[in-house]
Amino acid sequence: MGNSDLFAQEKAGINPKRLVDHKIAVVGVAPIINKDVGIHHLTTRQLIAVFTGKIRNWRQVGGRNLAITLINRTQGSGTRMTFEKYGLRDRQSAVAQEQDSSGTVRQIVSSTPGAVSYVSFGYINKTVQPVSIDGVAPTENNVKSNRWKIWSYEHIYTNGQPTGLTKKFLDYLQNDHIQKTLFNKLGYISVKDMQYQRTWRGKLSKGSGVA
Amino acid sequence: MQNQKLAKQLFKKSKTARYERFGRLLCFSALVMIMAIVIGIIVFIATKGMSTFLKDHISVRDFFTGTLWNPGTKTPSGHAAVGALPMIVGSFLVTILAAIISTPFAIGTAVYMTEISPKRGAKILQPVTELLVGIPSVVYGFIGLSVVVPFVRNVFGGSGFGILSGTFVLFVMILPTIVSMTVDSLKSVPTYYRQASQALGATKWQTIWKVVLRAATPGILTAIVFGMARAFGEALAVQMVIGNASLMPHNLISPASTLTSVLTAGMGNTVMGSLQNDALWSLALVLLVMSLFFNLLVHFIGRKGAFSK
Repeated sequence: MGNSDLFAQEKAGINPKRLVDHKIAVVGVAPIINKDVGIHHLTTRQLIAVFTGKIRNWRQVGGRNLAITLINRTQGSGTRMTFEKYGLRDRQSAVAQEQDSSGTVRQIVSSTPGAVSYVSFGYINKTVQPVSIDGVAPTENNVKSNRWKIWSYEHIYTNGQPTGLTKKFLDYLQNDHIQKTLFNKLGYISVKDMQYQRTWRGKLSKGSGVA
Repeated sequence: MQNQKLAKQLFKKSKTARYERFGRLLCFSALVMIMAIVIGIIVFIATKGMSTFLKDHISVRDFFTGTLWNPGTKTPSGHAAVGALPMIVGSFLVTILAAIISTPFAIGTAVYMTEISPKRGAKILQPVTELLVGIPSVVYGFIGLSVVVPFVRNVFGGSGFGILSGTFVLFVMILPTIVSMTVDSLKSVPTYYRQASQALGATKWQTIWKVVLRAATPGILTAIVFGMARAFGEALAVQMVIGNASLMPHNLISPASTLTSVLTAGMGNTVMGSLQNDALWSLALVLLVMSLFFNLLVHFIGRKGAFSK
């Protein structure tokens, strides 16, 4: 079994023919800002300007006079691809410092004045300020209704159809009890609660998904 | 009949001779296995590293002089964005600065331990040095992230991540290496050098400065090169404090990257066989070549400065 934040088709160099996709959960990605900056929302245009380096100071979007310290995720990271595809509308973020682990990113954002980055919902806590985009707050319900567009599936890929212990484990992960208790506590959303589904090309279709 | 039996006995190897042969075979096969592993590693890294240039057709000049690292995309001027120069410069800067800062401290500590107060030196400083060597590098990195980065940010400005923070962390990491090797080389200066110098009327400090250190210079240089080799290859501790921005470092307090930090950060996110993966292997090849170079340098200094008794 292999875990992935992306569809196999989205990553170059992988042959997706024999892989069977199991969508286990849905995770939302939100931008987070250091609390000293003082803003709670941005428009998409402002978000793109911040992350592509066109704006260098928070004062230009209504925050305090602090230089923007951009913290990216490493190239090839699933969170980064999701954020750039659905949050920055396929724009590439500026070359800036990169960190790999979500925990490190959150710690850096919380302790560096003017820092901004993005993490999945489960990592947002009181030490950082999540940002609403275009008036939509990064909450679970907004992801379910696709008002918050920056989300992706958590995939588990198997080579062919799963059998034996693998199949039992996947059934266990996908049953309602685990999805409602453990996954919810960690900040993930059940695929069955989504009102829209998305293909790897980004095409939306209505209906709750059954993996 | 007797003769035939005798002849057979004479031509067979005795038991002890067979033990000899077995022992030699055992040692030889251990040697062969180790050599096979080393050669295998070198060949593997070399073929994967060269495939960036041979299979993916990246020009060597783009790799060594380009300043944008984003394999798979193109720079604004049309070249492949596989420029390793920011990382090479970052690695060298961090290594050389750490060596420059730690050498005076290391030599001072070693001189105190061997010349000025050998008894107290052995009792206190020796275990302290060994303790510093034993601390895992991830612990250094964590302390760097929690203590050094805020310190640099408050005192020097910037975000706290950068070559200066990397230098501070590496300075502590290579200090014990240089100290212990300098102590060894100071101890190997013959006693009659010191006695002759004092017989000529020199003071203790004059003896240390003009005679002992001068005589131990090749050993001290070897120690410094060893420390630099360790700093060059340090991955985890540096990655946590240097910021991993694949930009040319334009000052000491802006986020930069080293060969090792980019390798560790990008390792898990590439697919084997893709250009991104091959580019990382080329970075590994550069690191391998640099470590071989440091090794040769140590041998060269050692041989040149060997005592001709």
